[in-house]
Amino acid sequence: MMEKMIIGRYVPAESLVHRMDPRSKLIIIFLFVCVIFLANNFFTYALIGIYTFLMLGLSRIPFRFLYAGLKPVLWLVLFTLLLQVFFTKEGSLLYEFGPIKIYEEGVRQGIFISMRFFFLILMTSLLTLTTTPIEITDGLETLLNPLKKVRFPVHEMALMMSISLRFIPTLMQETDKIMKAQIARGVEFSSGPVKERIKAVIPLLIPLFVSSFKRAEELAIAMEARGYRGGEGRTKYRLLSWKLADTLQLLILAILTILLILLRS
Amino acid sequence: MDISLQSIEYRYQANTPFERLAIKDVSIEIPTGTYMALIGHTGSGKSTVLQHLNALLLPTEGTVVIGDHKVKAKQKNKNLRQIRQKVGIVFQFPEHQLFEETVEKDIIFGPMNFGVSEADAKERARLALQQVGLSKEILEKSPFDLSGGQMRRVAIAGVLAMEPDCLVLDEPTAGLDPRGRKEIMDMFYSLHKERNLSTILVTHSMEDAAKYADQIVIMQQGHVVKQGTPIEIFSSVSELVEMGLDVPEVVRFQRSIEEKLGVKLGATYLSIEELSSAVTELLRGAPV
Amino acid sequence: MRDSIVSLKNVSFQYENQPSYALQDVSFDIHEGEWLAIVGHNGSGKSTTAKLLNGLQFPQNGEIIVCGIKLTEESIWEIRKKLGMVFQNPDNQFVGTTVQDDVAFGLENHGIPRDDMILRVEDSLKKVKMDHFLNQEPHHLSGGQKQRVAIAGVLALRPSIIILDEATSMLDPKGRGEVLETVRTLKEEKSLTVISITHDLEEAAKADRIIVMNQGKVYREGSPEEIFSMDDELIHLGLDIPFSIKMSNAFREKGIDLSKHYLSEEELVNELWTFRSKV
Repeated sequence: MMEKMIIGRYVPAESLVHRMDPRSKLIIIFLFVCVIFLANNFFTYALIGIYTFLMLGLSRIPFRFLYAGLKPVLWLVLFTLLLQVFFTKEGSLLYEFGPIKIYEEGVRQGIFISMRFFFLILMTSLLTLTTTPIEITDGLETLLNPLKKVRFPVHEMALMMSISLRFIPTLMQETDKIMKAQIARGVEFSSGPVKERIKAVIPLLIPLFVSSFKRAEELAIAMEARGYRGGEGRTKYRLLSWKLADTLQLLILAILTILLILLRS
Repeated sequence: MDISLQSIEYRYQANTPFERLAIKDVSIEIPTGTYMALIGHTGSGKSTVLQHLNALLLPTEGTVVIGDHKVKAKQKNKNLRQIRQKVGIVFQFPEHQLFEETVEKDIIFGPMNFGVSEADAKERARLALQQVGLSKEILEKSPFDLSGGQMRRVAIAGVLAMEPDCLVLDEPTAGLDPRGRKEIMDMFYSLHKERNLSTILVTHSMEDAAKYADQIVIMQQGHVVKQGTPIEIFSSVSELVEMGLDVPEVVRFQRSIEEKLGVKLGATYLSIEELSSAVTELLRGAPV
Repeated sequence: MRDSIVSLKNVSFQYENQPSYALQDVSFDIHEGEWLAIVGHNGSGKSTTAKLLNGLQFPQNGEIIVCGIKLTEESIWEIRKKLGMVFQNPDNQFVGTTVQDDVAFGLENHGIPRDDMILRVEDSLKKVKMDHFLNQEPHHLSGGQKQRVAIAGVLALRPSIIILDEATSMLDPKGRGEVLETVRTLKEEKSLTVISITHDLEEAAKADRIIVMNQGKVYREGSPEEIFSMDDELIHLGLDIPFSIKMSNAFREKGIDLSKHYLSEEELVNELWTFRSKV
């Protein structure tokens, strides 16, 4: 099941959205999260929906892929819908069956809130689907740069993020290796009583910690040997380039915002 | 304990878009007491084969027979633990599996998982430690305070203490210095003889394969491409070279002598001693 | 005698909380443009020597001079530019998320302008034949490929000296061959000085000069021929002797008179051929 999950995964493709500057994508997502709360009636939600699907279309991520990947999340959306429908007690009563009472406002709220939730998930997934983690890191580093003035360690944070990203696959391989070594020594990870299974994690976790510390130490030495001494005086290899498309995208979002303000009730 | 792999196949992440065929139609017979070297490039499928010997991976096709146990593809397989008790694996860099507070606790961990009593396990720990050439004094030490070489030996002792009938060694000497390498390899060999173990050595070292093994299996791209005694394998050097594999130094040397002198020695020699005798004889006995 | 590019003078070093010295009164010179192998068993002090050379540790006694600069807390950054290091574990020195990012890492640290960086990254990856892997992630590379990327990272800084700190010990024979071949070609092209710290005697046999370390001291220093004439002494030091020496010893035992002690495999074959024509 984890293999099908697409949240947080990057899908390489050639598309307008892929080529956008990570900064503009981050800004757009941030603004989108705010703007979506302006929507409060059919027209405004329809606008948001059109916008979201337009962006999805531009990204050239196959819909089937999206559907398969987001299926688990759809249950959550449905759950939100039901929660609203059953527990909002405003507006006129629409339906009654024993203790279950469904009100007009509940249906309205339920549909709107779950739609909002759904669009948010789609847009944020779109960010990770079309932007490599390292681009997101770069984008964040540049956007947060002003915070350096208040001594927020922007560079260190970005470096930490990129090193973590770099080592995730390595640690996964390592986990698999140690697990197998311990299974060969008679540990059962996947069967037996819960208490035993929790105990079985220790022979996995301790070697992982030990090796991660060793890695960290060696990595620090290697970084030092290669001249790393903090963010001061460093140049950057990765260059973010703000293109016309980025400005246009922001403009489109601005127009959307204006329309939302005009059309909301 | 006899082991037999009968046309096994293994696919990683079967039935997903990421499916990848690792080995296909691999059949290997390992009768009791065999010392077998498994050779191939990284990615040739030898570590996939290795993991079948201990039911860490179950074949997607074919059958694995380990002693009295049968592991068949597409069937519910029980009693995997009993197989694991019989087959000990020393993984590459086995020191990475150490986790207990003391050396003793770490060594008895395996045996106790398989139901050996604490007293017996401790006795085994003492014996195993002696076998790997460490003194009893370190039993109470933390394994993490030891040198790299000592940690390696403790980890090996942890596998030996399980008293397996079959030992699977995955590059057990990687990263050690020449002395450590020789000591460990000699130790495994004498253990192999003493206890009549079946030993499977996965290695890149043709020297070790020529020196210790009585059967060699060569794998390439998930298939077994050659199987035989060291003499058989190393008699056809050009084939090995074509596969991009090394040849033992002695064999290589014999080839260059034969080319230079324009004679054939008539046999393939695997030790310096044998080869130098044969060449000396040739030099003295046959004037031009 | 060629110019010395590195010199150690009476260097002693002790790790914290260790009862004995890791290095004791070590002095030697490294000549410009040579391939020097430092050999010794694990714990002989050979890796400590490497760490001292680029200021990852500082000696308690003695001084180290690299490219005419005395190694101090202040000069280490200057020295690290001139002296690149490739470590043992291919994974634990790969900093970037992709091949090109990793090569760029050292350049970024030294504040190299971006335009120059792009050229250098491309150029050094070409030199190690990894230029087709620009955007590859490290976990898709073999050990040998990762080490070649590490070499490219060092190379991009245009150093005069490159230290291989057991850089091939975790690789398979193919990877080991690739890495050594790469370094050998580079050494010729760029007249680099190579210091290879190793316990692989076959690797050391191809060096210009060998230093044998034991118990924190320089035990012997000399050409491969001189060092390998130590024979069993090397085995006592936890090392090995190259195959051609073992082979010639076996012939000598059988009464075949060989002209000199150390012979490469090819020389030995030729010698045997001469011997045969004489009979």
